[in-house]
Amino acid sequence: MSPRLRWRKFVSGFMLTLTGVCALVAVSVLFLILGYLVYHGGTSISWNFFTKLPVPVGETGGGMANAILGSAKMLLLASLFGVPFGFFGAIYLAEFSGATTAFVVRYAADLLNGVPSIVIGIFAYSLVVHPFRQYSTLAGGFALGLMMIPITLRSTEEFLRSVPNDFREGAMALGASKWKTIATVIVPAAYRGILTAVLLAFARVAGETAPLLFTALGNQFWSPGWTQPTASLPVMIYTYALAPYDDWHRQAWAAGLVLLGLILVINIVARAILSRGIAVPRS
Amino acid sequence: MKKIAAMLAIFLGLAGISWADSSLSITGAGATFPYPMYSKWFDEYHKKNANLSINYQSIGSGGGIKQVTEGTVDFGATDGPMNDDQLKAYQDKHGFGILHFPTVLGADVPAYNIPGVTVELNFTPEAIAGIFLGKITKWNDPAISGPNKGVALPGDDIVVVHRSEGSGTTYIWTDYLSKVSEEWKTKVGKGASVNWPVGLGAKGNESVAGTIKNTPDSFGYVELIYAIQNNMPYGRVKNSSGAFVKADLASVTAAAAGAAKSMPDDFRVSITDAPGKTAYPISSFTWLLVPAKFSDASKRDAIKGFVKWMLADGQNYTEALSYAKLPKEVVAKELKALNNVQ
Amino acid sequence: MITFLFAASVVLVTVLLVFELWQGSVLSRHKFGFNFFRTSVWDPIFEQFGALPFIYGTLVTAAVSLLIAVPLGIGAAIFLAELAPARVSDTLEFFIDLLAAVPSVIYGVLGIFIVVPLMRQYIQPALKHSLGFLPLFQGPAYGVGFLTAGIVLAIMVIPYIISVSREVLLSVPRDQREAALSLGATHWESTWRVVVPFARSGIFGSIFLALARALGETMAVTMVIGNNPTISASLFSPGYSIAAVIANEFTEATGELHTQSLIELGLVLFILTFILNGFARLLMVATSQRGSRLGHP
Repeated sequence: MSPRLRWRKFVSGFMLTLTGVCALVAVSVLFLILGYLVYHGGTSISWNFFTKLPVPVGETGGGMANAILGSAKMLLLASLFGVPFGFFGAIYLAEFSGATTAFVVRYAADLLNGVPSIVIGIFAYSLVVHPFRQYSTLAGGFALGLMMIPITLRSTEEFLRSVPNDFREGAMALGASKWKTIATVIVPAAYRGILTAVLLAFARVAGETAPLLFTALGNQFWSPGWTQPTASLPVMIYTYALAPYDDWHRQAWAAGLVLLGLILVINIVARAILSRGIAVPRS
Repeated sequence: MKKIAAMLAIFLGLAGISWADSSLSITGAGATFPYPMYSKWFDEYHKKNANLSINYQSIGSGGGIKQVTEGTVDFGATDGPMNDDQLKAYQDKHGFGILHFPTVLGADVPAYNIPGVTVELNFTPEAIAGIFLGKITKWNDPAISGPNKGVALPGDDIVVVHRSEGSGTTYIWTDYLSKVSEEWKTKVGKGASVNWPVGLGAKGNESVAGTIKNTPDSFGYVELIYAIQNNMPYGRVKNSSGAFVKADLASVTAAAAGAAKSMPDDFRVSITDAPGKTAYPISSFTWLLVPAKFSDASKRDAIKGFVKWMLADGQNYTEALSYAKLPKEVVAKELKALNNVQ
Repeated sequence: MITFLFAASVVLVTVLLVFELWQGSVLSRHKFGFNFFRTSVWDPIFEQFGALPFIYGTLVTAAVSLLIAVPLGIGAAIFLAELAPARVSDTLEFFIDLLAAVPSVIYGVLGIFIVVPLMRQYIQPALKHSLGFLPLFQGPAYGVGFLTAGIVLAIMVIPYIISVSREVLLSVPRDQREAALSLGATHWESTWRVVVPFARSGIFGSIFLALARALGETMAVTMVIGNNPTISASLFSPGYSIAAVIANEFTEATGELHTQSLIELGLVLFILTFILNGFARLLMVATSQRGSRLGHP
C-alpha cells in the first residue's frame, strides 16, 4: 500500500469518526437538556405546583395551577381556530384549487409560517387587544392559532395528496359526489397523517412564549371566562427564571419539565401514529 | 368522532368551571418597584373580597403608563410620575384626566456582588454617577475605596446592571443622578428609559436582582425589598447633609417629611436628594394611576374601595416588606382626592 | 365554496399582517427613512431611534450560531446518512427531531442557569487567555453576550440542519457513490467530494432555514444576550437583537414614535426571514429536482 493511500485511508477514517462525534454531540445535547430538567424539575414538582395559585412575591409554597389551566384554555382556542382553517384550506388545495390559486395560498401559508413569533404577537395585539382594549385568553388563543394554521395546512395537504388517485377514481366510479368522496374516502385514508400534523402543530405552539406577552399578559388569580388576561406556563417560566427568588427558580424548572414532557409526549405519539399509516414515500 | 366530541365536552366543561359570572376581575399593570407590596395587598384584599380579583402585572412603570393610557388595563402604577405631556396625551385620548395616588414609600438601593466583600460599602454621589457613566470602571477606584477605608476591594471590572425597559425605578435613580451630577444631567438625563452609557439590561427589578446575584463584580439599583429578600448586600449613600445613610424605614420616612407638608394636589413630587441629616437620598413615593372617570360603576367602586382599604388597613402591611408608610397628611389628602374619581 | 373561503382567509390574514406592519410603522419610516438602518442611537427620551445595534446583534448572533451549528450539523448528517446503519440512523434522527421541538423559553432557562455560568467561569476566561489578542475575545467576561446567545442559538438550529441535510444526502442516487468508490475513492472522499456537492443546494437550503430560525428567536436570546444596544467587535460584549428589544419594550413604548419604531423593526425582521425562507425553499426544490432528473426511480 502506497503511503499516499495510507494517508487517504487515515483521513477517511478520521473524518468519518469526526462525523460520528458530531452526531454524538448533537444527540447528547438532547439528553443533557432532558437530564437537567428532570433533575432540577423533578425535585420541585409537587402537589402544590399543580393545585395552588401563585403566592405574593417573596413567599413560598405557591403553584402554577392557573397557568396550567390558562395554557390549556388558550391551546384549546388555538386548535379550534387553527385546525379548521388548516384542514379545510388543505382540502381546498388538494381537491379543488387550480394551479395559480394553489400557489398563492401555499405562498401565503409559508409566509405566515416564517413570521417570527414576536411579530405574530405584535399583529395579534393590534388586531385583538388594541381595538377591544383588553388583554385576554381569546387574544392569546388567536395568536397561537395563527401559528398553527400554516403547519396544519401544509402537512394536511401533503397527506391528502399522497392518497393514491385510484381511491378518488374508485369512489367516483361508484357514483359518489366530490364531497362524499372527500369525507368518506380520502380524509379517512389520510387520517393518520392529518392527526400527526395537528398534533405536531399543537406541540409547536404549546411552548410559544413571545406571542403571549402582548396578548394574554398574565394573572396571579384564576382567569374567569375567556376575556380576561391569563397566566400561562411558558410566560411563567420566563418570568420566574429571570427573578432572583430560589422558590421561583424551582417552580420554573418544574414548569419546564411539565411543558417539555407534554411536548415530547405529543411528538412521540404523533410519530408513532405516522409510522403505522400512510407516510409520504421517501424517494 | 364520538370520542373527540366527548373530550371536547370535558375540556369545555373544565374551562367553564373557571367562569364565575359573579366575580369581578380588574386588571392593573405597571411598576415592579412596589410589586412585592401590591402582590401581597391584592392577595389579602382578594381573601377579604372573594368576588373581586385585582390582577396586577409588573411590567414596569413605562408599561403601566402606556397601557392605562391605551385603556387596555383598568389602572396603572408607576414610580416615575406622569409628566405633563403624558397627562395631556391621556386627557386628549379619553376626554378626562388621570389621577395619581401615592401608595407607599420605597427606596432604590445600590446593590452589589463583589467576591469577598460582605460589608456595607459607602457610596458618594460622584462614585455612583461615575460608575454609571462608565468613567469609573474598577472596584478599587479611589472614588469608591476612599469612603471605604479598611475594605479590600478587588481590581476587577465593575459590571453595571440596569433596567432594559421603561422603569420607574430607573426614573428615581436617574432623577437622583441628574440632581447630583451635572454631567449625568446633560449626557443622559432623567427618565423611565434612558440611553445607558454602559451596562447589562435586565427586565424588571426581579431580573436586575437576579442578574446581580448571579454576576460577580456587578453593581446595580433595585428597590430595597428585592435586596433584602434575596440577601444581597447594598450600600449606604451620602446624602445632601454629608452623612452616609442606609435605606430603611426611618431614613425613607425622613426623606418624605418635607414633601408631606407641601404635597401638591396632584401628588406628583420628587423626594430624591431630600434635605435632612437622616434622609435617604434615593427615596420615592410610588403611585397608582386611576382614571378620573369609569364607565363601569362596579369597577370604579371596586377600585375606590381598594384605595380606601389601602390607605387604612393596607398601610399596616408595608413595614413587613420594608416599605415606609405614607405620612398622615398625605393619606388625608388622598382620601379627599378619591372623591374626584367618578 | 366553503373550503375556498378557508383557504382565502389564510391569504387574507397574511396580507393583513403585512399591511399592519407597514401601516403601524408609517411614522418612523417617514421620520427616519433609510437613516433608521444607519444610526445606532436608541433613545426614547430624545426620540431618536436607530436600528443598527439591533440589526448588528441579530446578525452577529446568527452568524456565531451558524459557525458552530453548520460544521457540527453537516458532520452529524453525514454520519447519519452515510455511516450509520438504517436503524441507528432513524433512531438518532428521532431524537434530533425531538430536540427541534423544545420550546425557546426552555432553552432560555438552560441558558441562564447552565450556559451563562459556564461561559463566565470557564469558557470566556479560557478564550481570553488563549485568543485574547483578537478583538473578538476582549472585554470583561459577563457570561451573557453575543457569544453566549450564539451558542444557545446554535443548539437550537442544529436539528434543522441535521434533519434536512440528512434527507437530501439520503436522496442522492446510489450510483453517484458507487461511481466514486469504483474509481478508487475512499469512503470519505466519495462522501465529501461527490455526495455532499451533489446535495449542495439542499444543504444550503437547510442552512438558510436554520438562519431564518436563528434570526427570529426571541425568548432564548433575550434571556442571555445582555439587552444592551451596543455595537462591539468583542463577542463577550452584551448586545441586543431585534426580537429581544421588541419583547422588552413593546408593551411600554410610550409615544407613538417609539412604538412605531419597534413595529418597523418587526417589519425588518419579517422581511429578512421572508427572503431567507424563500431562498431556502428554492434551494431545496432545486436539489430534489436534480436528484430525480438523473433518472432515479
